[in-house]
Amino acid sequence: MTEKIGVYVCHCGTNIAGTVDVEDVSKWAAEELKSRGVVVARDYKFMCSSLGQELIEKDIHEQGLTRVVVASCSPHLHEPTFRNACARAGLNPYLFEMANIREQDSWVTTDKVEATKKAKALIAAAVNRVAYQQPLNSLFVPIDPNVLVVGGGITGIQAALEIANSGQKVYLVEREPSIGGHMAQFDKTFPTLDCSACILTPKMFDVGNHKNITLLTWSEVEKVEGYIGNFTVTIRKKARYIDTSVCTGCGVCWEKCPKKVVDDVFEAGLGKRKAVYTPFPQAVPKFPVIDRENCTFFLKGTCKACQKFCPTGAINFDDQDEIITIKVGNIILATGFDLFDPRRIPQYGYGRLPNVFTSLEFERLSNAAGPTGGKIVLRDGVTVPKSVAIAHCVGSRDKNYNSYCSAICCMQSLKFAHLVHEKTGAEVYNCYIDIRTPAKGYDEFYQRLLDEGTHFIRGKVAEVTSTPRTPEEEGKLVVQVEDTLIGKQRRLPVDMVILSCGLEPRRDHHKIAHLFGLSCSADGWLIERHPKLDPVATMTDGVFIAGVCQGPKDIPASVAQGAAAAARVLSIIGQGEIQIEAATAIVDETSCVGCTQCISSCPYQAIEFLSDKGKAHVNEALCKGCGTCVGSCLSKSISLKHFTDEQLVAEMVGAMQVMKSFQTMEVA
Amino acid sequence: MFEPSIIGFLCNWCSYRGADSAGMARMKYPPNVKIIRVPCSGRISPELVLRTFREGADGVMVLGCHIGDCHYSTGNHRTAKRMPIVKKLLEYTGIDPDRLMVNWVSAAEGEKFTNVIKNFTEKIRAMPPFVETMK
Repeated sequence: MTEKIGVYVCHCGTNIAGTVDVEDVSKWAAEELKSRGVVVARDYKFMCSSLGQELIEKDIHEQGLTRVVVASCSPHLHEPTFRNACARAGLNPYLFEMANIREQDSWVTTDKVEATKKAKALIAAAVNRVAYQQPLNSLFVPIDPNVLVVGGGITGIQAALEIANSGQKVYLVEREPSIGGHMAQFDKTFPTLDCSACILTPKMFDVGNHKNITLLTWSEVEKVEGYIGNFTVTIRKKARYIDTSVCTGCGVCWEKCPKKVVDDVFEAGLGKRKAVYTPFPQAVPKFPVIDRENCTFFLKGTCKACQKFCPTGAINFDDQDEIITIKVGNIILATGFDLFDPRRIPQYGYGRLPNVFTSLEFERLSNAAGPTGGKIVLRDGVTVPKSVAIAHCVGSRDKNYNSYCSAICCMQSLKFAHLVHEKTGAEVYNCYIDIRTPAKGYDEFYQRLLDEGTHFIRGKVAEVTSTPRTPEEEGKLVVQVEDTLIGKQRRLPVDMVILSCGLEPRRDHHKIAHLFGLSCSADGWLIERHPKLDPVATMTDGVFIAGVCQGPKDIPASVAQGAAAAARVLSIIGQGEIQIEAATAIVDETSCVGCTQCISSCPYQAIEFLSDKGKAHVNEALCKGCGTCVGSCLSKSISLKHFTDEQLVAEMVGAMQVMKSFQTMEVA
Repeated sequence: MFEPSIIGFLCNWCSYRGADSAGMARMKYPPNVKIIRVPCSGRISPELVLRTFREGADGVMVLGCHIGDCHYSTGNHRTAKRMPIVKKLLEYTGIDPDRLMVNWVSAAEGEKFTNVIKNFTEKIRAMPPFVETMK
């Protein structure tokens, strides 16, 4: 073996050194792996520190290392760090290999002797492998500066505006007829009690009128192809039945439309809209849509009232869905959440007891633009409640539904309590598990509520019932709750119950994840690249996530993430071109028999058949380096760079030999 | 006690990160499995599995993304089709096909990963050492 290999064993403070005898490991590597080309082996407190990296660079320069192995954390964390260190010292970054002795050894192994042995086996595997690694040069591809933002809630709006204001073009896709998202439905925002619409609609207006933003509402992404810098996205623009080039948004159509429909989306089922509608008066864009499933003309073939009265002739019943394809370099997903459906907790009575409301229904009740004009009344539409109970953590922090905390419900419930107090003077009972008010101004708001005289009962609501046990409970909703601070069961007779429902991933989150090549956590939230240090990037380069689709959060956090994702995208655009993975597949034409197995196995149509030669050929720009073709090649003629058979076999043999040698030692 | 030597081929995007998640949550499992990272479980050719047994491994694990969640969209479909055939091949050559295990572990499933490792290690431990069965 002519290679000169350097091995560096990281202590990671005590994360590794607390379980693995790192000094023993590095000594062992220097002696036992000398025959495999190891010329220097060191252990160091933090290899990822600048001093640690300098250690590698120095050895490359002074000892003439031709290969480097670092035994530390997961390559998902620090492979780029050490590859860069090698590159700085003039060593091709693909001549570096990592042994994961933290996440996959010291953190998961109890026995120190066993953990040390495992570290040795993993290092031997990496040393064996690295000797076979080849220098690779990454391709650089230009970045298309256009950006796609999916989801027109506050997060998507923020991201789109940040990018558009910098001068880049943005496509903003929203599946509802208007942008605005959930924030447009809310009455007030906590803890400042700003009117939600008042702070949101100016931003919506800016989006609608921005010269750099192409707004595609009533549209959905159907297909995403390509890779960072070069995505081709297919979008379905659903038929609006309105010619937007002539529509002025005057509203005559929905005034004249005779068909009233319960609005399950924007009014959360509390109010009605027409069959031709905009969800709310400040909708952006101002153009309505015709709801084909409820329109009398589409159902019965007659009516056309809207068309008769439209002053500009904008109604077009022959409108068809339109499929458009756009080219973008980066994608930001801000697809938001769906509200937990409290019907899944039957003992809370939602859907059965009329005066049990969801949090979103209450937002619409309290909203001056809502179906009751902002009057907080019972389901009959007139009676003002004299007492209201608010149940926290509905569907959250509950193993039967979602074990996570939905992050916004405490503050939302406090806000509801304040609004009920202010508008009706009713007695308010907040039944909570814990009050969580960790952001700026939040706990002050809680203190204010305590001063206002809201009753706080520490206990999870067990049941809401309409069956009275005492005369005072006649005609009331009774909330059964254990007050854990006084250790007693309580029954609270109230007129209204508000369920502070948790946030859930979109019902179609799997479809979204699959469409954009992302993965979801067990709860269904999209997974970020790193939970602390890379919260808006994903494992798919060029696709970013922001807002609640990544996990429950409030408006300020969503806005911050929207802006953060925009900043990440702009930094990529600013680079002009980007390095793509060099580990692509390559065909050995001397042995390829042209059976085309690889072509049918490739998920990206990256392999073509050269009919003149009768051989397969890989298009490097399209190849993403999965190696599925390698696994299916019958003549072993196709190989994946950086994951060749000889590299993987060498790695496996290295690990096996050490494991077997330890076994023999034990037997002896 | 017999300590089996097991090689696990894990896809980079789901299962390898699932193994990292188990580490981040400090879950404990036996040290017998040594993990080799491949981009996709679809990269794992039958030869690689056979070669690992030839080297004396007592068990081989192939872990990939759940069907439908593959980072390369359909790479693991190949794994799902290929590995049962490899098992048949093992049986034909006189190797207990239970020594090869195929499973799907997502990046979030640290707990599942831990259980998969524990169960497979116990299963292999209960079998005779592989080299003895080949004598």
